[in-house]
Amino acid sequence: MAVTKKRTANSGTIMQQNVKVNLTKEQYLHLYYFMLLTRAFEEAILKLYRQGKIVGGAYTGNGNEATAVGSAFALETKDYLFPMHRDMGAHLVKGQSLRHLMLQHLGRGNSLSKGRDGTGHYADPSLKIYGNISHLGAMIPMAAGVALASKLRKEKAVVMTYIGDGGSNVGDVHESLAMASVMKLPLILIIENNQFAYSTPVAKQKAMEKYSDRAAGYGIPGVTIDGTDIELVYKTCKTAVERARASEGPTLIESVTMRMHGHSAHDGAEYVPKTLLVEWKKKDPVQRIEKLLQDKKILTSTIKEEYEKKVFLELEDAVQFAIDSPYPPAEDAAIGVYAV
Amino acid sequence: MAHITYIEAISQGLWEEMERDSSVFLLGEDIGLFGGAFKVTKGFLQHFGEDRVIDTVLAETAILGAATGAAVVGMRPVAEMQFADFVTTGFSQLVNNSASIHYRWHLPCPMVVRLPSGAGIHGGPFHSRNPEAWFFHQPGLKIVAPATPYDAKGLIKAAIRDSNPVVYLEHKRLYRHIKGEVPDTEYIVEIGKGDIKRSGNDVSIITYGSMVHMALEAADVVQNEYGISVEVIDLRSLMPLDTELIFQSVRKTGKVLIAHEDNITGGIGGEIAALISDQCFQYLDAPVKRIGAIDTPTPYCPTLEEFFLPNTKKVIAALQELAAF
Repeated sequence: MAVTKKRTANSGTIMQQNVKVNLTKEQYLHLYYFMLLTRAFEEAILKLYRQGKIVGGAYTGNGNEATAVGSAFALETKDYLFPMHRDMGAHLVKGQSLRHLMLQHLGRGNSLSKGRDGTGHYADPSLKIYGNISHLGAMIPMAAGVALASKLRKEKAVVMTYIGDGGSNVGDVHESLAMASVMKLPLILIIENNQFAYSTPVAKQKAMEKYSDRAAGYGIPGVTIDGTDIELVYKTCKTAVERARASEGPTLIESVTMRMHGHSAHDGAEYVPKTLLVEWKKKDPVQRIEKLLQDKKILTSTIKEEYEKKVFLELEDAVQFAIDSPYPPAEDAAIGVYAV
Repeated sequence: MAHITYIEAISQGLWEEMERDSSVFLLGEDIGLFGGAFKVTKGFLQHFGEDRVIDTVLAETAILGAATGAAVVGMRPVAEMQFADFVTTGFSQLVNNSASIHYRWHLPCPMVVRLPSGAGIHGGPFHSRNPEAWFFHQPGLKIVAPATPYDAKGLIKAAIRDSNPVVYLEHKRLYRHIKGEVPDTEYIVEIGKGDIKRSGNDVSIITYGSMVHMALEAADVVQNEYGISVEVIDLRSLMPLDTELIFQSVRKTGKVLIAHEDNITGGIGGEIAALISDQCFQYLDAPVKRIGAIDTPTPYCPTLEEFFLPNTKKVIAALQELAAF
């Protein structure tokens, strides 16, 4: 396998592998659909935010779509997903409906959290999706616990979870990897290194060259990949998933991307050098998959138009459905603290 | 009926639940091969195997988070913190994840966190904590604090069967000092139900954990020496509180002493006093009094620790003061 190295402004060394991916035409189109859907969903969220229709904050994963979509695409139905706030694409690939995601963002009573929390903060056991909380890193011990349950029950199901470059410093992450590596739990942790933890550049978050270097400390494989390359993301995650499923333990994947938007919708991100955005724009994950599929003669202009229209209509439906849905009755706030 | 120690009662309860339900498993530091720092799980590994008695890495966040994750997908983990003090290291998992899961996710989170707690063993500032007030303030957790072998066994079984995260406080000083009768047949003690450990008419002591025994001793003394009739209410569960039992007793006696080993300020006693003041004001014949540890970290050497802790003598003095009011 040919390996080339290239250096970018902020991210240390990126391992780029010329991978061979065994995906069918249908699978490539499926990936493309989810990439479009993720981008369009997040743009719709920003629009709703500007209209004052989002209850709280609005977060996007613009620049991270290939990591979110490509990683979740490596999972099976029985596998568990613990996504972060830049991984809307992973929710969608795992089967979550646009309507549910929109209801969550609009805090409606018929949302999966019943208005008790927003954005991707929900659980959907029918799809094995367990959303994040706001404390960065706090889901990874839980993800390790689900991986432990899977191991104890011999489910052969794996758990995929994510953290950012900043969040990876939280002790929860370390403790989880310490436990998961010793127990050989079926856990895949993707560190989404998107160059900024809110306003703090990654150079102020780590002293080692790559986040994947940390894997050696746990005696597990670690790899750093270009997170805008969906084939590479998929292939790397697939390998990690197979390893986890074979009871060989966790893998740490550093996916290098760029946070093209602010931390959240209120953040203009003036602290990000414009040159960095210009450079990364050339690797826009949605444009990359379009070009990839055009080069492979899979994506024609007819199919592209058809997909764009399909995505547009699906979003229109979800937005309208969520807007038309009521908030929960106020007195619902007092119920459900305890399971009966 | 078997006459067993408090620690044996906890072990028996755990053992029986593990035999009864294969989704119950234990995780913690040194609980398997070593049988636990206090030997609560001695012999468990040999009987149940390493998939159900898991010696973990030394990482409280990972232990509590893993228990939470496993619980959410249908297991019934029982996590042991080696000392209650060390739960602080994994605090975020309990208060941010476990406690709010049902409210946010509408999923049960059937897990138990065993906390060997309490002072009076010269453990010093970091092996003596009574951590209940931290968790009392966090909606979504249940808290139990048994004082007798009967309650210890019945409550560990109830905690394991509960669909919520339950903080189980087991007082280290009671482990081998307290013995009591435990039925040979299956039973549980319902969470949320207190118990009248001694019936009386003049003063109510509302208490739990180690202080139950001091309250009973003090009640004997003041009955015999001063003819004061004391009712001792053992809360057993701190969340939810058996408020009806508390109010009934207060309405009967009109005088209340709330006693806990935890530091006095911000302790659960303050909340109980507020509830009594709100619900039983017209029945009170004296101000509600509280006894607890003084507001310092737990000191190490015997003289300092003795001064720090509430004890039978201090309870007797408070009872006399109330009776005379």
